[in-house]
Amino acid sequence: MVEKIYLAIPLLPLFGAIAAGLFGRYIGRSGAHWITILSVLGSFVLSTIVIKHIIFDHASVYNEAIYIWMISDGIRFEIGFLIDELTALMIGIVTFVSLMVHIYTIGYMRDDPGYQRFFSYIALFTFSMLMLVMSNNFLQLFFGWEAVGLASYLLIGFWHQRETAILANLKAFLINRVGDFGFLLGIAVIFAYANSLDYAEVFAKAENLSLQTINIFAGSEWNVITMICILLFIGAMGKSAQFPLHVWLPDSMEGPTPISALIHAATMVTAGIFMVARMSPLYELSETALNFILMIGSITALFMGLLGLIQYDIKRVVAYSTLSQLGYMTVALGASAYGAAIFHLMTHAFFKALLFLAAGSVIIAMHHEQDMRKMGGLKKYMPITHWTSLIGCLALIGFPLFSGFFSKDSIIGAVQYSDLSAANTAYMALLAGVFVTALYSFRMYFMVFHTRDRMDEHTREYLTETSWVVTMPLVLLAIPSIFSGFIFEPIVFGEFFSRSIHVADSHNVLNELGSTFEGIQGFVMHAFSGPVTYLAFAGVGVAYWIYVIKPQFAVDMQHRFNLIYKFMDNKYYIDHLYINVFSVAGRAIGKVLWKLGDNVVIDGFIVNGSARAMGWLSNVLRHLQTGYLYHYAFAMIAGMIALISMFVIAVNI
Amino acid sequence: MLGSLPLLSLIIWLPIIGGLFTLTLSDHDSTGVKRTAFVFSLATFFLTIPLYTDFNKLTADMQFVERLSWIEAFNIYYHLGIDGISILLIVLTAFITPLIIIAGWKAIQIRCSQYMAAFLIMEGLMIGVFSALDSILFFVFWEAMLIPMFLIIGVWGGPNRIYATIKFFLYTFLGSVLMLIALIYMRYQSDTDSFAILDFHMLRLNLVEQSLIFFAFLLAFAVKVPMWPVHTWLPDAHVEAPTGGSVILAAIMLKIGGYGFLRFSLPIAPDASMRFDWLIIVMSLTAVVYIGFVAIVQEDMKKLIAYSSIAHMGFVTLGFFLPFGIHTTLSGELSGSAMAIEGGMIQMISHGFISAALFLCIGVMYDRLHSRQIKDYGGVVVSMPVFSSFMVLFAMANSGLPGTSGFVGEFMVILASMKSNFWIALLASTTLILGAAYSLWLVKRVIFGEIRNSEVAEMKDLGIHEFTALGLLAAVVLLFGIWPDPLIEVMHPTIDNLLQHIFISKL
Repeated sequence: MVEKIYLAIPLLPLFGAIAAGLFGRYIGRSGAHWITILSVLGSFVLSTIVIKHIIFDHASVYNEAIYIWMISDGIRFEIGFLIDELTALMIGIVTFVSLMVHIYTIGYMRDDPGYQRFFSYIALFTFSMLMLVMSNNFLQLFFGWEAVGLASYLLIGFWHQRETAILANLKAFLINRVGDFGFLLGIAVIFAYANSLDYAEVFAKAENLSLQTINIFAGSEWNVITMICILLFIGAMGKSAQFPLHVWLPDSMEGPTPISALIHAATMVTAGIFMVARMSPLYELSETALNFILMIGSITALFMGLLGLIQYDIKRVVAYSTLSQLGYMTVALGASAYGAAIFHLMTHAFFKALLFLAAGSVIIAMHHEQDMRKMGGLKKYMPITHWTSLIGCLALIGFPLFSGFFSKDSIIGAVQYSDLSAANTAYMALLAGVFVTALYSFRMYFMVFHTRDRMDEHTREYLTETSWVVTMPLVLLAIPSIFSGFIFEPIVFGEFFSRSIHVADSHNVLNELGSTFEGIQGFVMHAFSGPVTYLAFAGVGVAYWIYVIKPQFAVDMQHRFNLIYKFMDNKYYIDHLYINVFSVAGRAIGKVLWKLGDNVVIDGFIVNGSARAMGWLSNVLRHLQTGYLYHYAFAMIAGMIALISMFVIAVNI
Repeated sequence: MLGSLPLLSLIIWLPIIGGLFTLTLSDHDSTGVKRTAFVFSLATFFLTIPLYTDFNKLTADMQFVERLSWIEAFNIYYHLGIDGISILLIVLTAFITPLIIIAGWKAIQIRCSQYMAAFLIMEGLMIGVFSALDSILFFVFWEAMLIPMFLIIGVWGGPNRIYATIKFFLYTFLGSVLMLIALIYMRYQSDTDSFAILDFHMLRLNLVEQSLIFFAFLLAFAVKVPMWPVHTWLPDAHVEAPTGGSVILAAIMLKIGGYGFLRFSLPIAPDASMRFDWLIIVMSLTAVVYIGFVAIVQEDMKKLIAYSSIAHMGFVTLGFFLPFGIHTTLSGELSGSAMAIEGGMIQMISHGFISAALFLCIGVMYDRLHSRQIKDYGGVVVSMPVFSSFMVLFAMANSGLPGTSGFVGEFMVILASMKSNFWIALLASTTLILGAAYSLWLVKRVIFGEIRNSEVAEMKDLGIHEFTALGLLAAVVLLFGIWPDPLIEVMHPTIDNLLQHIFISKL
């Protein structure tokens, strides 16, 4: 029975995707949205059953194959499910956010000619993401990993007439492929040393792997586990948009807003975080890898947050915020606070999906205007969007008692306890990040909903709250954005993940943090004794002062520090580097190899050279034979005799 | 039921007879010609079904064997038989040919009967290559199949077809001559004075002999595959060939080179293969990386896919010659060796589907706009949404997306190569980036974007024939991506047997 439920969870959205994609013309627009919404609703309901079964009834972990993909070298490659607390929580998050986004899409894409296609793609994405999180082996993980990438590619380029959109989706796919390059190599190293791609078998051999080394250069031996962990993490850097593979995520905002919420905030981009947590038995064995993760995470958390400060496009502010928050989760992973990372993944899924969908609601009302300089004062026109956005912002900055408060404070607290060498730097980066987060969030909030109306007359005339299919998901997401933090104690400190995640005793920072925990009230009180909460308040205050009281100040600062502003406005010139170095160099290499290697050396020198030699030979032999083809026939016989003689001579020596 | 019938002979000669019969039909009734050709090719395909269902998956022995004396004076036999290596290639050939006929339904208007006849005859000859167990019979089929190919390019080809044909001829000719010499030499070394390929496998040749034979075969097969640096005939041949010619060339003819390595080079000259495996690996990796970069900058769609074929075939030769490295690395354990060769085989089958599909896609566009230049397109999705979905799917398959057959072979070869050497795996894995770069950049410029050319706006979406051909290919590409086991299962005993054979030194 449970097996059928597990199977139905991913297959329902797949069915919806096929129905809407292949038969969209026949079932029509409402047919497409009904089929996909009902199928995702079905998955969501079944996921709640699984959550009850696994989490509340403590049913045993399910780890079984569905079918044999192939057998080679006597090794079975299977498609199968691993259902434990981590999976149960993930499928709950994925199906819930996906359901909200499906409903919201009815409103957002109402006038779009590609309506059915859009539903088909987001249902396909839901299927892929579910296969990814439910996998019990690396093969299927890679399947899901690339399939969500495909869905992301199709959706970023959904408006395929726009040059910017199709450039962004190509960029997203290619940069993800750079990550996947590392990811696949990591899987190959696992296979080479463990002879299996099954999680359980690999984890069982993990200790053994950590004792082996791999020879990369002559004389340099690398620990196999460190190698595996770093290579897999390169994959996570692509998918979860960590520095320096983050550049695709801001550009992915070219896609329709519902998918920014679903794929590029709540679910797909957290696949890397999920993967590292799932691989905790491997990561716990390599402090080198954990330090690496801490560094990457803290760079992303702080520096991407800073870029959020200067964006004017409402979606891009939220996008940079997503990058920064993913950095927080990554830091948590590096500090071995996997529970906190997954918990932040969950709260972030709620409030970031909410913020994106709210931004989308604003964009609909503003007739697809995304520039915040042309907004202002929307509070009075769009009350539901305003209040839910405020909730989203408060959750994001970690305002006490909101969901983000618990998850973010656990991460910062846990990092403080970590003994890894990069932990101190990471702690400072996260603290600075709290201030920055509050500043950019409330900069956006004030610029959009407060201050004076800056839109044109025509837009203002029609400015109203959006329809219920749009606001209902906002409200439904606002509820967990406020309250989901209260369940944090069992998830972060308790034994919740003890069957899914392994933490070495020497790294168990959450345990240390948990030992000081004295109930939620104590946790909140404790927050006021440290700098974190004050930094968040300070951020809000500064935002209020700059953007509401003294709007001229921001402009002055921009002029005074023009050089820094330019540096940030160009995204630290990382995109320039990629475009001008890698992309241009790649094409130049191709051109040189083609024109010089193929055309000049091989064709010009060798092929045409032999043709000329043949021509010369036939000229010499002209008195024997005439006619074009006869030359070759003659050459054939002469050559054969010569070669047979050579053969015989060579062999007899 | 069919046990008593000479099934292989039927599969070889039915399309050849069909082709000769088609020649006698009048070109005025072109639909009739096409129908006749289609019926013959379909009947051939149906005959290959019992070949697969009655195939014994548990033995490495040759099956469906037929042996008749042919030229008694030289001990040459009409000797046919198949094993786990050849069966899939035969089914692939029989599957692709009817698709070519369907896809050419509207496009081919001139000399229709000759065009169809050329393809049918070529089908029979190529199946002959895959099932011949006498090396002279093999050589006859091998040379004979080039004639219809020359004709297809020479008669229905593009403006520069003479240059392309000559270049194709020069390359293949050079390889064939050396191969023939090697075959004749081996006959005189054999105790039985026979040309039987399986007898050649048992020859105890010394290292010099093995090396000379290895290089003679290498030249013949490397040109066919084609491997870098003897690949430059392929882009030219593709550009000039009509769509059907390109499909046969990419889907089947290139595989004959790969097949040759498994049937001749490895088992006949195992010690030389082990000694020179580094050379093949270097050539294969060069194909993946060098050709990958070259594919990115192509301006002609057919050339781009042609270069991408060379890069993908690099995985085939890489997989075939990895076992020696794995063997020495793991000192005694065979694990990974079978996966390398099976991965190469799967890559051949899958490339047969995907390259066929991509050349058909380009043909579809060429029939409408009469251009293969990327810059003439853009925004095709607006006028041809159904076609564009296929094109995106096949481009994704070409870049090795999991869930498509394009992933399976590359995945297996990369996993196996890590067992041999980290750097081989690393260079092979660059296909993930390069393959995506050339495939998806092509899609971006051709399929997506704004319509820049008013003729593109008037392009009609797929007709029923084109839809059928592409739909069937899409189905198999997805099926074997999701479940490749049926393909791999039939090979196990043959590949295991081959590995056992090649790891026993003949010296």
